[in-house]
Amino acid sequence: MSNFFKETDIDTSKAEAIVTETLKNCDDGELYLENHKSESIVLDDNKIKSSTYNSDQGYGFRAVTGEVVAYSHSNDISKESLRKSSENLKDTLKSKKGTYNHEIPKTNSKYYENINPIESKTFDSKIDLLNSVNNYLRSKGSIVNQVTANFLGEHKSIEIIRSDNQVLKDDRPLVRFNVSVVLEKDGKKETGVYGVGGRQSYDDYLKDGSWKDVCDEAFRIANVNLESKPAPAGEMKVVLGPGWPAILIHEAIGHGLEGDFNRKKTSAFHNLMGQQVASEGVTIVDDGTLHQRRGSLTIDDEGTPTENTVLIENGILKNYMQDRLNARLMGTKSTGSGRRESYKHVVLPRMRNTMMLSGKYSQNEMISSVDKGIFAVSFGGGQVDITSGKFVFNCTEAYEINNGKIGSPIKGATLIGDGPSILKEVSLVGNDMKLDPGIGTCGKAGQGVPVGVAQPSILINKMTVGGTKL
Amino acid sequence: MIKDQEFLKDIASLCIENSKKLGATDVGVKVIHSVSENVSFRNKKLDESNRADSFAVNLTTYIEKKKSSINSSDLSKSNLEKLIERCIDATKITPSDENNSLPDKDLMSKEIRDLNLYDETHYSNNKKIEFLKKVEETASTDEKIVNTEAGFTENKNNFILANSNGFLGGYKTSNFSSSCVAVSRINGAMERDYEFGSTRFLQDMMKPEEIGKIAANKAIKKLGPKKIKSEKIGVIFDKRISKGILSTLASAISANAIARGTSFLKDQINSEVFPNSINIIDDPKIEKGLGSQNFDSEGVETNSLKLVENGILKNYLIDTYYGKKLNLKSNGRSGGTTNLYFENGTLSFKDLLNSEKKFLYITETIGHGGNIITGDYSVGASGFMVEDGELTYPVSEITIAGNFKEMFKNITLANDLEMKYSTNAPTLLINQMTVAGK
Repeated sequence: MSNFFKETDIDTSKAEAIVTETLKNCDDGELYLENHKSESIVLDDNKIKSSTYNSDQGYGFRAVTGEVVAYSHSNDISKESLRKSSENLKDTLKSKKGTYNHEIPKTNSKYYENINPIESKTFDSKIDLLNSVNNYLRSKGSIVNQVTANFLGEHKSIEIIRSDNQVLKDDRPLVRFNVSVVLEKDGKKETGVYGVGGRQSYDDYLKDGSWKDVCDEAFRIANVNLESKPAPAGEMKVVLGPGWPAILIHEAIGHGLEGDFNRKKTSAFHNLMGQQVASEGVTIVDDGTLHQRRGSLTIDDEGTPTENTVLIENGILKNYMQDRLNARLMGTKSTGSGRRESYKHVVLPRMRNTMMLSGKYSQNEMISSVDKGIFAVSFGGGQVDITSGKFVFNCTEAYEINNGKIGSPIKGATLIGDGPSILKEVSLVGNDMKLDPGIGTCGKAGQGVPVGVAQPSILINKMTVGGTKL
Repeated sequence: MIKDQEFLKDIASLCIENSKKLGATDVGVKVIHSVSENVSFRNKKLDESNRADSFAVNLTTYIEKKKSSINSSDLSKSNLEKLIERCIDATKITPSDENNSLPDKDLMSKEIRDLNLYDETHYSNNKKIEFLKKVEETASTDEKIVNTEAGFTENKNNFILANSNGFLGGYKTSNFSSSCVAVSRINGAMERDYEFGSTRFLQDMMKPEEIGKIAANKAIKKLGPKKIKSEKIGVIFDKRISKGILSTLASAISANAIARGTSFLKDQINSEVFPNSINIIDDPKIEKGLGSQNFDSEGVETNSLKLVENGILKNYLIDTYYGKKLNLKSNGRSGGTTNLYFENGTLSFKDLLNSEKKFLYITETIGHGGNIITGDYSVGASGFMVEDGELTYPVSEITIAGNFKEMFKNITLANDLEMKYSTNAPTLLINQMTVAGK
């Protein structure tokens, strides 16, 4: 646990007094303190390209009245700085209202240990492992043109001080290990990328040679892509593999079910609560309580314990994801989805681990039912226009399906669809739900936060595939 | 108030001296202070006000050819001392790389020209609020507009970049930006569009009425889009997105991508990459320019570069490290391009629209579908059909795809270049791309 007031001219009780005084006429708000340490070590082009250590600490002071948010942040934790922020906030919010008495529930659950992954593995052993990755991949032959591997580790301590003198704390480890390989054959170059991670130590993901599995997977994807043909263009059936392809769920409907867009009525889903938005058999949850997962949180960045929120149950829209502000304005309760990238950022309702649950079909049944379509196994990233509902994602490993059989690999192509209608096109839900390997970062309003996704294989009746072959 | 140069210099000197004392043979450091004030409005009401006051120090220490870095926001002496020690410890055990070094002394920037990048005017929050009220009033006059959001941000920055070879330089910059997002609705279906202005000087900011009106008009025009049939067709890129072609070029000709062999333009220097009518320039010394700078992120002097001349690729974007790998001197592009632009074409916007019977006119793309290694390109898109020179109906839920190598060779530029961003392009046409729709 960080002691934020050590070596400052202020202590917890004085900080609490400033918070209480500043927020006395506001609906809500808090003082959020954060200490963040992170490292990045990169091997590229046969060399350790960079090793960087970041250390950041600061506070974000928020006052909320009605729909208005006033926010002031600084990396100077001192009496004067807090006072100045307090004046700033009081200046913006002059109106008087009662306080929002939605108490934060207590929790005893913890979804990860308080370890510092940066310190729990020596620098030397990280360098050694990166060199082993390079040697291992390059030993696969002269087609290996470029290898990049990196460690990203962080430890974040947070403390939230509320106007009722409630103090909430959390310590969050997070790691990610990534390998990218470029292969060259007959003048053609292709990339394969794979990574693993979550809220444990590096060695939990890399021990007993399991780092080799990460390398093998990156190599396999690049190898498949070397044989790829131009992708088709137009509407067709699409089978999505299990796991990481669930970023389709994240983009297509996840963002549209975040509380802020629905309160503001700018989401394509804002008037669909209680209605059928997906085929029967489709159930989607957003779960912050999975142990050690990248998107999991013991408490969110407002102090609310996270939960497993059912978004869509058997095709019916059940809940939005809420932070305190949007929950209050919509007359409901926070789902523990209030998140921020750092003390420099305001809280927004965000996803945690977004998952479509298993159905009863096998992947083989799906593929054999398709005359002409594509089978998409892995994706790069995605994006959505919340208002029109249109979303995209990019395939990084995909194959043609002809007459019920998997054919040649196809080049990376963008798939585009319409969020509110895509889940009605899901005709079969697989029995093979899988979590992603722990690599996702979601961007919203310029803020990146770690997230997870999961899904079984699914068959989508109709989607537009953005290839070049007509 | 933004901290003065002396304050930042003291911290930079402390970092260099302490690192040297602990055994660093070379040191590079950057100290930054920035103050940012933002006010946002939604549906004619104050939504959020945000003030940020932040420091950053970025330190890189070298012991011969070994290198390591730290970043921190805490400028207290005790914290810096601890971090410098940590940085030196990491440097000692990081493997050497013969290309690690500070830039050559003779390439360093010698004098700092006043490029008119700092406006000390402070626009108070109350004035920002007045401005935003006008933006939203104009944006919401049409009843089809159901939601508006507007924001105004003022940034003031000061920095010092220094290294142990005696380089020390820095200066203040400012930025004012304002935006409006409008949501339109018809028959239950919504569309969203925006307008955005960003300037170094407050007096150059677009009028609030203009920002609101443009955002609303664009959002209304997008209503009732159709999905078109898949076909090969000429695609016109609106100015808002045509600059993306230049950003792709910049990534593909960075010394990093060239040296690593991961660019579709590897070995294309002095070859024809664009039609011979095309010139592409990167000019850091434009007065008030959003991308203007005296020197790059290593302190190397930056001058105007013709990246592409008569269609021929003439220069890479080179920093010290990858320059050494390529046996080339840094041309002051560590940190990328500055004010990057296509020189104007010859056709007017209208003539470009009339140059064929039918085009697809794209105003927005979504997704990150560009692959710098292979040149393959596939993104989601929306815009309008153009028939006989007129925008006839909005189009959405389609993709456009091609390969940059061919796309570059099939570019025709209009003559409507404006310097609105740090990267700027006129409206441009790319012949024959694949559109996937129904």
